[in-house]
Amino acid sequence: MEVLSLLGNGMLLSLQPLNILMILLGVTMGLFIGAMPGLGSVNGVAILLPVTFLVPPGSAIIFLAAIYYGAMYGGAVSSITLGIPGASTAVATTFDGRPLALQGRASLALVTAALASFVGGTVANILFTLFAPLLASVALSFGPPEIFALMLLAFATFVGLGGDDIPKTILSICLGLVLGAVGFDQISGAPRLVLFEYNGFLQGIGFLVLAIGVYGIGEMLWTIDQTRGEVTATTPKMTLKGMASDTKEATKRGWKGSMIGSFLGFFVGILPAAGATPGSLMSYGVAKMVSRNPKEFGKGSIDGVAAPEAANNSASTGSMLPMLTLGIPGSPTTAILLGGMVIWGLVPGPRLFVDEEEFVWGLIGSFYISNVAAVLINLAFIPVFIWMLRMPFTILAPVIFVLSIVGGYAAMRDIFDLWLMIGFGFGAFFLRKFDYPLAPAVLAIVLGPIAEPTLRQSLLLSSGDPSIFFTRPIAGPITIAALILIFLPAFNLIRRKLGNKKKPA
Amino acid sequence: MNLTKRTLLGIVGASIFATAPIQAFAQDWQPRKPIDFAIMAGAGGGADQIARFIQAIAEQEDLTTRPLVPNNKGGGSGAEALIHLSTTNDPDHTILVTLNSFFTTPLRQSDLGIDIQTFTPIAMMGVDPFVLWVHKDSGITTFEQYIDTVKEMGGEYVMGGTGAGQEDSIVIAFMSGAYDLDVKYIPYDGGGAVAKDLAGQQIMATVNNPAEAKGFYEAGDFVPLLAFSDERIPAYPDVPTMKEMGQDFSYYNQRAVVGAPGMSDEAAAYYQELFATIYETEAWQGYLESESLSPLWMNADEQRDYWALQVENHKALLAALGE
Amino acid sequence: MRVGEIVTAGFLALFSIYLMWKSTELPIGYIAGTGPGGGAWPFWLSFIMLISCLAIAFNWWRGTSPPSQSDEPVLDSHGWRSLIFVGGGIIGFVALVSIISMYGAIAVFLFYYTWFLGRHSLVLSLSMAIISPIALFFFFEGAMRITMPSGLPFTDPVFNFLYDIIY
Repeated sequence: MEVLSLLGNGMLLSLQPLNILMILLGVTMGLFIGAMPGLGSVNGVAILLPVTFLVPPGSAIIFLAAIYYGAMYGGAVSSITLGIPGASTAVATTFDGRPLALQGRASLALVTAALASFVGGTVANILFTLFAPLLASVALSFGPPEIFALMLLAFATFVGLGGDDIPKTILSICLGLVLGAVGFDQISGAPRLVLFEYNGFLQGIGFLVLAIGVYGIGEMLWTIDQTRGEVTATTPKMTLKGMASDTKEATKRGWKGSMIGSFLGFFVGILPAAGATPGSLMSYGVAKMVSRNPKEFGKGSIDGVAAPEAANNSASTGSMLPMLTLGIPGSPTTAILLGGMVIWGLVPGPRLFVDEEEFVWGLIGSFYISNVAAVLINLAFIPVFIWMLRMPFTILAPVIFVLSIVGGYAAMRDIFDLWLMIGFGFGAFFLRKFDYPLAPAVLAIVLGPIAEPTLRQSLLLSSGDPSIFFTRPIAGPITIAALILIFLPAFNLIRRKLGNKKKPA
Repeated sequence: MNLTKRTLLGIVGASIFATAPIQAFAQDWQPRKPIDFAIMAGAGGGADQIARFIQAIAEQEDLTTRPLVPNNKGGGSGAEALIHLSTTNDPDHTILVTLNSFFTTPLRQSDLGIDIQTFTPIAMMGVDPFVLWVHKDSGITTFEQYIDTVKEMGGEYVMGGTGAGQEDSIVIAFMSGAYDLDVKYIPYDGGGAVAKDLAGQQIMATVNNPAEAKGFYEAGDFVPLLAFSDERIPAYPDVPTMKEMGQDFSYYNQRAVVGAPGMSDEAAAYYQELFATIYETEAWQGYLESESLSPLWMNADEQRDYWALQVENHKALLAALGE
Repeated sequence: MRVGEIVTAGFLALFSIYLMWKSTELPIGYIAGTGPGGGAWPFWLSFIMLISCLAIAFNWWRGTSPPSQSDEPVLDSHGWRSLIFVGGGIIGFVALVSIISMYGAIAVFLFYYTWFLGRHSLVLSLSMAIISPIALFFFFEGAMRITMPSGLPFTDPVFNFLYDIIY
């Protein structure tokens, strides 16, 4: 029970006056950083690093945990209110969060996101506390074939996401995957698909450039065209009573999604190569599969908001596990944290968990406290976010455009990215007109660069023999499950067609 | 193919006296804007850690009037960073943390049109040696055993690294050539991913900087077999070097800071002094020691000669790689 | 819409062919013992894109997709106007970034949109155009330490003044 007492010490440390202040400040900053399209926890943590010298190391860690949690909660805010996923982990949140906001139920969506994030964070923290060393060895047993199988499983959930037009959905997926391949071939080290021989493409096409282009510009142009520029969101004023009933409804209709997201997100999140995006996507897919009203998904399902939000919060906490137990960063944010640990004089690696118990459990302890603070502060700020939605559209629209451009620049600091973003925006506007679903492309550009190298690494390992995906004990079952899921709809379609033929009209 | 720093210093030693000091009048230049501190690698790698560590020292000691703003430009094996510096419209506020891809990328992608001699030398913060690692469960404890095992496996021995033409692949290619080894080489996107898959025994051996494998070494998971440094690394006194094996080969990854082409002399002098101050701090000296970097301080002209020498060496190494 | 649908599909088909051609710079085949070459992934995915385009064209011919049945224009006069004014505004915005700095461009764009397109009062438009860039400056440069483009050198005095405040 030594762990529990160390954890208790960590929590008590977080409750000292200076540290409470750090948590409030960190969570609030993180919330707004996360809510800005283009900025995320990675920016929040990066600015903190130099500050760690100015405050005692204990407070610095707490401040950092608070920013991290705040930013995770904030990601949902821009997905729901602006319709722009600020990070790849929040794409799935737009599927149902945005429709809810457009129906005038933004507060319900935001409350659901906050509560689901809280559940996700709490479940992840408890799993971490109880099983960290065991889970670390699970993470290590995932080599390239296992990660590829997992990506295949994530793609399987795409099948249910697209619109009704199958060729257009397939085209969207492939377009995202090919755009993700632009820049550089990791395996041979050669430049690849440097479009029109323009050197700007050497750095590849980032997720944010496509996502902000599609959602921040394309979708906005489409809305302006569709509504004749006269969008009046019928968002009611926030009242305490309204919030209480939202909380009740969110709990009642979102608990299932939250639970699925919490556990699935955590297990995908602990794998260093996979991360939170496939976690949130798969949780959305599973929540839809087990739901009693799968038709509601994509049109404003509460479970559809709860599942990806619980998952991305849980996965972000989970991505701390390989960092703390093995010294391996599972995400850009943890990579920067790892650098911070070097500055504080800690040696990242398997010994950290044993040699620096106080640091590790102090950090986890402050996660618990930050999570509680984050849900409360987030709920308190919901009226502010709602207020933004109540602005006249001719004010909100230019603000969204400005945030898109500024955020797009902040992500990679390259003006070329802005032009590319506008290009995607106009392209998305026209494709949207002709019913091309674009969410699959936006997700594919994240998953492609994970899937392709792991596929080829696996085939290098097996000397080109694809049976490696079926014969390895972990990869095998995952691959088979993924293939079943991918071909199930096709199988059903054929059966239905045959059934129709048998019935004489 | 001898990259030792001592021979190198011998070569450039003569030129030190030939150049006049130029820094005397430079004291009044100060940055007016935040300094774009580009990094030739993605977030989390060895170069990124060093850049952020340097930034933290500058911040802590309050050395600059404007902050150093880290800016990861790792795309295309550093091509993105080189283009970024070459095309900047504010060369006085743009500097770059480099690794050896500073030499190899312009060679491998000649159509970029990058001439590294146009860049402005600022500081050589140290050089990072390479070590050959295996997992403890493999039972291999010496380099000889390793050679025997690889030969027995006949092409099925799997090594991981950061990709064709990258630093570790150059070392592995040399080793394979010298001992007639046939290994499977799996490229990853960063040193961290390589270390993780060695820890999980997805791969059997790696060539990595001590900084990236240190945690696993201290936990007893990784066994160092051979160092590719000139002399034994102080933190690993029992690990023999390639030179002791009778091969005249050593290889280091440079951790240097360079300025954008076209930087004014005053600005260059300012940064040279700034990084000299950072280099002398206790924090940096401690970092060099704990992460097993070798010091290799050089002035601006020595750096230019070092670049020329490295370009020649890498030409030969890449040619041997078949590129 | 009916014409637009086939034109879009045709354009995407051409783009797929370009991507396929571009992918062949690296080997696209299955190399014995090592798996697919560096161009295989984008090549075959672009090939699937091309096939999808053909399927879309086939559906267009059969008239099964909603846009292929619709006689509405892709953009009516109002649609064109809003696309030109809003889209053009955004293009102008980004073009101005390299000239009068990110913050200058934000001010101009916000004023253009709220006053000219939004028909809001001059006071509201001006105050938005002035306050937002200043607030964003302190947020990005001061708090987040992200440097935005400062345009051509003539903006330097303003930025030097602002940087003196925050650092």
